[in-house]
Amino acid sequence: MLTIKGKWLITKSAISLRDMSFLEMLDVLNNELIEKGDEPVSFDHDCREGICGSCSLYINGEAHGPDRGVTTCQLHMRMFKDGDTIFIEPFRAKAFPVIKDLVVDRTAFDRIQHAGGFISVNTSGNTIDANTIPVNKADADDAFSAATCIGCGACVASCKNSSAMLFVGAKVSQFALLPQGQVEATDRVLNMVKQMDDEGFGNCTNTGACEVECPKGISLENIARMNREYLAASLKG
Amino acid sequence: MALDSKIPQGPIEDKWTNYKNHIDLVNPANKRNIDVIVVGTGLAGGSAAATLAELGYNVKAFCFQDSPRRAHSIAAQGGINAAKNYQGDGDSTYRLFYDTVKGGDYRSREANVYRLAEVSANIIDQCVAQGVPFAREYGGLLDNRSFGGVLVSRTFYAAGQTGQQLLLGAYSAMNRQIGRGKIKMYNRHEMLDVVKVDGKARGIITRNLITGEIERHSAHAVVLGTGGYGNVFFLSTNAMGSNVTAAWKAHKRGAYFANPCYTQIHPTCIPVYGDHQSKLTLMSESLRNDGRIWVPKHKKDVEAIRNKTLKPTQLAEADRDYYLERRYPAFGNLVPRDVASRAAKERCDAGFGVNATGEAVYLDFASAIQRYGKEQAHVKGLDENDAVLVKKLGQEVVKNKYGNLFQMYEKIVDENPYETPMMIYPAVHYTMGGIRVDYNLMTTVPGLYAIGEANFSDHGANRLGASALMQGLADGYFVLPYTIGDYLSDDIRTGPISTDTKEFEEAEAEVRKNIEHLINNKGSHSVDYFHKRLGKIMWNKCGMARNAEDLKSAITEISELRAEFWKDVRVPGTANEFNEELAKAGRVADFLELGELFAKDALEREESAGGHFREEYQTPEGEAMRRKEFQYVSAWEYKGEPKDAVLHKEALAYENIEVKERSYK
Repeated sequence: MLTIKGKWLITKSAISLRDMSFLEMLDVLNNELIEKGDEPVSFDHDCREGICGSCSLYINGEAHGPDRGVTTCQLHMRMFKDGDTIFIEPFRAKAFPVIKDLVVDRTAFDRIQHAGGFISVNTSGNTIDANTIPVNKADADDAFSAATCIGCGACVASCKNSSAMLFVGAKVSQFALLPQGQVEATDRVLNMVKQMDDEGFGNCTNTGACEVECPKGISLENIARMNREYLAASLKG
Repeated sequence: MALDSKIPQGPIEDKWTNYKNHIDLVNPANKRNIDVIVVGTGLAGGSAAATLAELGYNVKAFCFQDSPRRAHSIAAQGGINAAKNYQGDGDSTYRLFYDTVKGGDYRSREANVYRLAEVSANIIDQCVAQGVPFAREYGGLLDNRSFGGVLVSRTFYAAGQTGQQLLLGAYSAMNRQIGRGKIKMYNRHEMLDVVKVDGKARGIITRNLITGEIERHSAHAVVLGTGGYGNVFFLSTNAMGSNVTAAWKAHKRGAYFANPCYTQIHPTCIPVYGDHQSKLTLMSESLRNDGRIWVPKHKKDVEAIRNKTLKPTQLAEADRDYYLERRYPAFGNLVPRDVASRAAKERCDAGFGVNATGEAVYLDFASAIQRYGKEQAHVKGLDENDAVLVKKLGQEVVKNKYGNLFQMYEKIVDENPYETPMMIYPAVHYTMGGIRVDYNLMTTVPGLYAIGEANFSDHGANRLGASALMQGLADGYFVLPYTIGDYLSDDIRTGPISTDTKEFEEAEAEVRKNIEHLINNKGSHSVDYFHKRLGKIMWNKCGMARNAEDLKSAITEISELRAEFWKDVRVPGTANEFNEELAKAGRVADFLELGELFAKDALEREESAGGHFREEYQTPEGEAMRRKEFQYVSAWEYKGEPKDAVLHKEALAYENIEVKERSYK
């Protein structure tokens, strides 16, 4: 028997749950609730393969649960033992208001991107040939690693200050590492950081919880790089 | 209505250029007075919304996810094709065109596919300019890999996350326009109807998924980039929310639905493991560059493997059947998806499946690990005969190429694919069928467009790997922005479209009626209960192999299930709140109609082509048997019940490619 703290109790034995993913366990719970005439529990989810960033959940005190390097949708019930009690909470941060049950509003992340998370290039069939911009492989690989952020918000939820600096640092880094990103580098970092502050995210105090809980292994180096970019931009600006 | 595909005159290589030179344009000042609605923010919808806004139109974009960045294009893994010929291996626009038409089993429209091949190279240039971090070689130039059904390396990639990187590129282009106020973004909004005024698409009805509010939105044109309908099978590689609702509502308002039975069953997915499974996970086709597919040669070994008395790694080379290499020596493990899927099914049906359910084959990286390991040892001047070292070096190379996929596999299956072969089985992945569009990507409803997977146009009966991303971005960045201008040039004097008209009122009333019915029904079963039953009918009777008898019974069963759904479904909660069950109920209601049309289409198409395999029509070797008399697009017109849909045929002419037996031997 597994107990989920709150108003629900799941009655399946842990053995039959073993091969399920965490979200499939919640599906089973919800279907039981619905067929009994109760209200199901709302949670965000979509691709269920760890890439869309929709799923969240704070499980037993950790964003995306006890496993490392995975999102909640990739978390499997084999991580839990029979008799365990599972606590599920929404991601908590001032900038992520709760919509319902376990669903939170993460559009603050979108607004930070609107402020500068792009390279200003219009669509045309006449941009220069892709291979006329060679990029050092190490830089390209680092830019890619930064760009693999899925925007789930685990970094914010894990941070005692609810800081979004890992998320913003990743985006700033992706462009800062590429030649294409240089032209707008100054404005980009200033605008994105300003928006981040306006949304009510806290500051970074170098605890590193975000990096540990990040399902995509986004490195703290990105925060350092953003700080460097920010300093340089401020001196220029 | 006669179907006019509006293909421009002239030689195929000049059609698109001539077309662009002769269309009507809208001047920049007038674009500011024209509104366009884009539904869906994946590669097609996202790139279209951004480009239309750059051009100066007022765009309203809608997605049901909490952010446009989460559209399911994000999950595409392997890559994007483009005829750049960076590898100097003989690629060209013509060859990409040829491969795509042949790969589609000669069931796509030549002029559309040629245009796709023609703009493919621009996509790579555009994405690199946006800062998309594609994989690169040590010299700093872009790297390529190979995909199924082709003999060149034309696939650009970003590890196993190409879709993510391309979508974030399109999303960043959208963000710039949202920041400028040229795109008004509506997250967590679901489109529930298209509104037609004087025969033209002039708006949509949406439901705000947070508040439940029903809203009217008007525009001069409506673009659907709402993806495919693979979730009609319940289990598929699609996201949980992927649905046919927008496309189906458009169909009910007069847009013909083309070739619904053309579904891609992808050969390399993680096998089904239980009744509570909610979705299937793809293992990218790029793995077939290095993985070899096999089952044991002898039944006794199959038994031993199932009983776990024998490990696959213990089975001698001579006792393994690398059936793709055996049957298709020219393409080997890189045959197209439909061929690879059917071959897996054939082996498993014959009793050689390697897991408990008998529905799994091996995808083995041991040879690649050896090969790469030796190469690395040689490069580094180390001992090539040191087996442990070679394995370690080889595993590192494989990890660099496919690390995230291997990790995903291990998390789901709880086995280490570096040490033991992966188990895979085909699963529903993509739908080539969709809303019928002409060369302009306009549906049979004037002013209503369909782009990306939502339309039917470019992949025929089977899509080649890494072509979905190409098509989505081609439509959104490079095709639609031209073709829609030609249509909108008539609207420069129209002025804003009012939503206070009887057309909007009626559409809204109908949407409300449906929602109220679902909420007040208070039946005994959840939405998933019906969706799973629909999925079983679809998989068993409209899946990898189909026959007339099964298809006929599928039509009856789906129709009965639909009646039961409307009588007995239980949707908890209210209409005016965040209510995921309500959203799901609406989507499943539409799947229950689409499924019936799907079966009808499959029944009518008395041939085998690409992903559509009719058991009655196969060659003595078990290959698909195409029939000349079915060389047409089946475009279905809605007439009430899905089974009463009326068929319109659009003949397909091949003037630049000789229609041959499609052989990969």
